[in-house]
Amino acid sequence: MINIPSTFRISFRALRVNKMRSALTMLGIIIGVGAVIAMLAVGTGASKKIAEQISSMGSNLLIILPGATTAGGVRMGAGTQPTLTLGDADAIQKECPAVSDVAPVHNGVAQVIYGHQNWSTGVVGTTPSMLIVRDWTLAAGRNFTEQDVKSATKVCLLGQSVVDNLFGDMDPIGQFIRIKNLPFTVIGVLAPKGQSAQGQDQDDTILVPVTTAQKKLFGTSFPGMVRTIMVKAKSTEDLAPAEKQVNELLRQRHHIGPKQENDFTVRNLTQIMQTAEQSTKVMTLLLGAIASVSLLVGGIGIMNIMLVSVTERTREIGIRMAIGAKTWDIRLQFIIEALTLSLIGGVAGIILGISGSELISVFAGWSTVISPLSILLAFGFSGMVGIFFGFYPAYKASLLDPIDALRYE
Amino acid sequence: MAIIEAQEITKVYRLGDIDVNALGGVSLTIKEGEFLAVMGPSGSGKSTFMNILGCLDKPTGGKYLLENIDIGDLNRDELAAIRNKKIGFVFQGFNLLPRTSALENVELPMLYDGIPAKERRELALKALKNVGLEGRGDHHPNQLSGGQQQRVAIARALVNSAPIILADEPTGNLDTKTSAEIMEILVKLNTQSNITIILVTHETDIAAYSKRIIKFLDGLIISDEQVGRS
Repeated sequence: MINIPSTFRISFRALRVNKMRSALTMLGIIIGVGAVIAMLAVGTGASKKIAEQISSMGSNLLIILPGATTAGGVRMGAGTQPTLTLGDADAIQKECPAVSDVAPVHNGVAQVIYGHQNWSTGVVGTTPSMLIVRDWTLAAGRNFTEQDVKSATKVCLLGQSVVDNLFGDMDPIGQFIRIKNLPFTVIGVLAPKGQSAQGQDQDDTILVPVTTAQKKLFGTSFPGMVRTIMVKAKSTEDLAPAEKQVNELLRQRHHIGPKQENDFTVRNLTQIMQTAEQSTKVMTLLLGAIASVSLLVGGIGIMNIMLVSVTERTREIGIRMAIGAKTWDIRLQFIIEALTLSLIGGVAGIILGISGSELISVFAGWSTVISPLSILLAFGFSGMVGIFFGFYPAYKASLLDPIDALRYE
Repeated sequence: MAIIEAQEITKVYRLGDIDVNALGGVSLTIKEGEFLAVMGPSGSGKSTFMNILGCLDKPTGGKYLLENIDIGDLNRDELAAIRNKKIGFVFQGFNLLPRTSALENVELPMLYDGIPAKERRELALKALKNVGLEGRGDHHPNQLSGGQQQRVAIARALVNSAPIILADEPTGNLDTKTSAEIMEILVKLNTQSNITIILVTHETDIAAYSKRIIKFLDGLIISDEQVGRS
């Protein structure tokens, strides 16, 4: 019969007697558990940030860029050859079943003036469906309408950063701002989105009807030209079909022969971001695995000290055996000692890990997320390390011959 | 009634390539309530014999019955249980756990017998009182004199109501006066509680406390005589 509470007391006492040694042994586990928690927090923080960026970009998004021009054998970058039109955008909307919404974009940079304030920002000419395509909501006011697009009215929606720079605390709705010296009525304010994956301020923008941008702000090389077309697929599963449909439709519309290259490019940003998210997850796993190694090393430290302890206390083991301790009484005593070391180390490690990841997020500016699961995992793992590495010394102790152990000096 | 019955016990140790015959066929019967002194020079086999009687070691040959239980049939844990229930050990070097209070030292055998904490405490306090150490339960071994430590050891041997106490040179580390006190306690336990006491000693005046003296030489019993207690 073994008495667990008393065995715990015996173990605690043994650890208290050698305070310094116990603390140093625990240090391995403390650092191990702390590292696991901090590393997982950094990794989880990174993937969470990417997930946020994906959703801020707009989900299930395809971006169609015009093709590259070739001038005297020198190929220019994507978008240098204007090939996309408003007609393409309408056709995609009408003829691609996997597509839910389409927003053509004709944009440029312009100086914007309100009262004494002025600000240079990106002005995006588009259609009302832009808000749907990019999962954007309005913080105030209203969206512009198809009618605004048809008649190229001078109305605009402001991003939060533009509002901050031009209006400060004032309510911009109904005010007039000047874009390239033309007066525009502010009819709405976009809800803030924050930084994009590339670190751009997505709120530093102004939306105007695409026709207004074409005819009054930036001009076009030919009528109806747009710089890009943004396409939202109906669902994530529809992304690939949508990409295919858009490709086929545009090749047909642009009269591209079977062997000719596309004069446009379709980019699947969601896919790129998902790949990034995947690699972050792998990274997290890797970081956690590396940190686990230090936990393992801590466990070996425990085993080392427990072996020393068994040798030192050979006589005590002999006394206990003579008095009637059975094999498992002795084993449990030493296993519980190892377990106590590793669990106390585990708790201290959790505290270290949490404060460590706080420090990382404060000083390195990385977002860290401590999941309860990682705490549970690290704690459970440290307990297992204690049992695993405590077992061999305990096993050794239980095999001692009582007579030899009693005579041990 | 015979509490211990040893029949033709032999013990052979292997030291390298040589077999050492520590015991060459020892037979001995001890009745309940006896006070036995075992004497003999070192190397005579008396320690080996005591280890076997104490169930710390098994004989190579022969048969050892303790309260009619054949010890040769038992495994390691069963032997531990026998030691726990039937035998109280008192050693020359006291063998108390260091950094552990007297009370907890006395409680130890009961811990391995699964006795509840409250009962353990009561019985341990009673046993300490029995050896004249009332109020010393909180002291650690290094705060106690040799005589006091040996009393704690006796209390520990008593506490599980073992019918046998094996005392291996219990006075070897004590001065004459303290030795006499310890022996008085053993005599008292023998006469008042009818505990069988087996005492190993090589001092004649200590052996004189017993009622029967057995002498070992070269692995054999060479004399076995009843003596009157002085």
